[in-house]
Amino acid sequence: MPSVAFKQYSDDVSLLVLLLDTNPLFWSNTSITFSQFLSHVLAFLNAVLGLNQLNQVIVIATGYSSCDYIYDSSLTSNHGNFERSGTGMPPLFASLLKKLEDFVTKDEELSREEGHEDRTPSCLLSGSLSMALCYIQRVFRSGHLHPQPRILCLQGSPDGPEQYVAVMNSIFSAQRLMVPIDSCYIGVQNSAFLQQASYITGGVHHTPKQLDGLFQYLTTIFATDLHSRGFVQLPKPIGVDFRASCFCHKKTIDMGYICSVCLSIFCEHHKKCSTCGSVFGQSKLDEASSVSDKKRKAPHT
Amino acid sequence: MAGEQVEKRVKYKSSVKDPGTPGFLRIKEGMLLFVPNDPKSDSKLKVQTQNITQKFTKEGSNKPPWLNLTIKQLLGRSHIFEFENYPDMHACRDFITALGKSDEEPKKAAVLTSTEQLSIKELEIRFKLLRENSELQRLHKQFVESKVLTEDEFWATRKKLLGKDSIRKSKQQLGLKSMMVSGIKPSTDGRTNRVTFNLTPEIIFQIFAEKPAVRQAFINYVPSKMTEKDFWTKYFRAEYLYSTKNTAVAAAEAAEDEELAVFLKPDEILARETRQKIRRVDPTLDMEADEGDDYSHLMDHGIQRDGTMDVVEPQNDQFKRSLLQDLNRHAAVVLEGRSIDVDSEDTRIVAEALTRVKQVSKGDGETTKDANQERLERMSRVAGMEDLQAPQNFPLAPLSIKDPRDYFESQQGNVVNVPGVAKGLKRNVHEAYGLLKESIVEIRATGLSDPLIKPEVSFEVFSSLTRTISTAKNIIGKNPRECFLDRLPKSTKDEVLHHWTSIQELPRHFWSSYPITTPYLHTKVGKLKDAMSNTYSKLDAMKESVQSDLRHQVSLLVRPMQQALDAAFQHYEADLQRRTAKSSGGERPNGYV
Repeated sequence: MPSVAFKQYSDDVSLLVLLLDTNPLFWSNTSITFSQFLSHVLAFLNAVLGLNQLNQVIVIATGYSSCDYIYDSSLTSNHGNFERSGTGMPPLFASLLKKLEDFVTKDEELSREEGHEDRTPSCLLSGSLSMALCYIQRVFRSGHLHPQPRILCLQGSPDGPEQYVAVMNSIFSAQRLMVPIDSCYIGVQNSAFLQQASYITGGVHHTPKQLDGLFQYLTTIFATDLHSRGFVQLPKPIGVDFRASCFCHKKTIDMGYICSVCLSIFCEHHKKCSTCGSVFGQSKLDEASSVSDKKRKAPHT
Repeated sequence: MAGEQVEKRVKYKSSVKDPGTPGFLRIKEGMLLFVPNDPKSDSKLKVQTQNITQKFTKEGSNKPPWLNLTIKQLLGRSHIFEFENYPDMHACRDFITALGKSDEEPKKAAVLTSTEQLSIKELEIRFKLLRENSELQRLHKQFVESKVLTEDEFWATRKKLLGKDSIRKSKQQLGLKSMMVSGIKPSTDGRTNRVTFNLTPEIIFQIFAEKPAVRQAFINYVPSKMTEKDFWTKYFRAEYLYSTKNTAVAAAEAAEDEELAVFLKPDEILARETRQKIRRVDPTLDMEADEGDDYSHLMDHGIQRDGTMDVVEPQNDQFKRSLLQDLNRHAAVVLEGRSIDVDSEDTRIVAEALTRVKQVSKGDGETTKDANQERLERMSRVAGMEDLQAPQNFPLAPLSIKDPRDYFESQQGNVVNVPGVAKGLKRNVHEAYGLLKESIVEIRATGLSDPLIKPEVSFEVFSSLTRTISTAKNIIGKNPRECFLDRLPKSTKDEVLHHWTSIQELPRHFWSSYPITTPYLHTKVGKLKDAMSNTYSKLDAMKESVQSDLRHQVSLLVRPMQQALDAAFQHYEADLQRRTAKSSGGERPNGYV
């Protein structure tokens, strides 16, 4: 009955898309083990689902070479057919873990196929952000009544500068869709991408200091729905790292050349823009110096 | 022209009542020199011709031939030269105007330092903009008045603000009025027998456009047979006769006065034109013209201008003109639009221009065989039916859809291959995956850890979060939407914002002046650098002066501004070094500053 459904839809119904970092290179050397991390996260998901009957949770695993949907709370197949294996997991998450294991296996195979590429040990954030946004777009088109979506990015791996363009595109799409991207960074270095993502889309960024209290951080900061954020004070970072990476070498730079047509960033002078193909005129400085060089050479010969 | 000089005997008067000192006036290119006969008198005058505006007395008046020169820089002082006769004065006057014109061309070559001849309108626009936008005014005051930037440079980047009106005006052409001004009733004075017609250039233009016979008559008769005034008097007499609807009188007067008859008869030229137009057009295929275009021979209802019908004797038929004819002709002219751009007061010029335009268009239309051939071709092309024709195989241009992989692969960047490291990495990866899978299996077996989180840890987390949030509140403000700028005292806030706009303005001019190729740019860059260091020190002073709890935020705000200035300074220093190195060592090519 549509009227009943409408009454149940209060302001704080939320759809949380969780991007889980499963980069093995990161998890092989951290203070917290992956299983401990998982237990914090799963308890948090349970708490979110408990806040409101109509809340939904989606989990997307961000691997080293691929991403995939792991869990969708709106699918009813989760509840039936659970396997009871002793004291194991509560049935709600049994399928999540099964799918996660399958995903890790698949990811391993893919990374083996990939070959001898020497990339930074980063996870595929751009891929999982895109998948999340696609799902959210589908929810938007499903009709009037839908929960308010937001994305929570749980990441520990450092940024991969080669993904700069794709990540920025996703961030701008999220901004357009008005979907906040929260980010919880549990790694060692600072993640510029996540800071920028949260800043631009109006989400919350936090770097927990104590990883064994991760559950507390998650429930205090990241469980608030969008409606309540108007009244609740959430911790804000003091500054944002706005550095970009250049499009040619993927180095992180803060001063460089920009194409005036498509705004692509380069760290050194190029003759042609690789993104839009527009030809750059010769820089006046180069012209002047080359002219004078030519003139100087003439008397010597 | 520029090489000549004119030398005349004159008397120089500094005012009208002055008796005048006799002497010689010598005008050469760019210079006007007056040398008095008496070497001891001190009224020598040497002036540049570009600064002169001149007034002169008219030939035919009783005044002596004077040329009054006012020099722009010395406002109010006028110099009167009395010539011996009028032709002398005319010669001098013409020479000065010619010099004034030729002076303009060399000036245009001096690119940057020439002063623009600003029209009053442009100045008005500038003042209006400055008045409305206080920020702009402040910038203007700061930079242009302290001579850091010149007026032209300041407004050069703001052409969009200035140019809107002027561009709009010049693009659109003014059309013709749809009101029939040529037939407006005259004003009559009830007491006397006079009828007054008003004549403006607009009306003249309409009359010439609508009635080519009148135009032709004007060209023929004025100024040879009669003056302009007489011409128009006759014309309006004809109009008056029409309006009285007294065709008998009209016929009588036409018989008397042949010029009047021209106005009273139907317009021959128009009739001729329409006949030609109709002949050229195939009415079955092209609706451009048909019999109805012949206004003068319309089958109309005989309705006159003011709505009354009239029955008229056949021999006076040609003196009748009806409303329909006038309306149609007027409508045709309005739709054509303004075919000439001549804005002059001189009626003759207008008439001649219109005739020329008509002749050109007639000449275009009168081509003989080619035009006919083209017409026939056009008809056959239009008459063809698409589905009965052979299929046309147009040449195809292949689609060029770029391979999307090119774009995405270019995003991968240049990857350096080090095989030894790669192998080691692969092993690492394999191990790591193993560890990960083990963790998952473990948690599946054991379930969630119990207790999930220790209470002391939880408490610590809570307290640290509270501390973070409260300190952030102090720094950033209670309301998340509140802007830091609002917490500053108003004067500081204004100052910060003003510095921000000046830092957008100054470096723009700075960076656009590089590379330095002329000494003008060199001085400009020097001035800009001084202004920028000035702003830099002001920013520093502001940082110090602000309250201690706001100081950190202010310094954060100010940092990007100072970074921009630093970058500019660095570039300046580097460039300066490069120049001095180049000029001291190495050869200097010619003309390189």
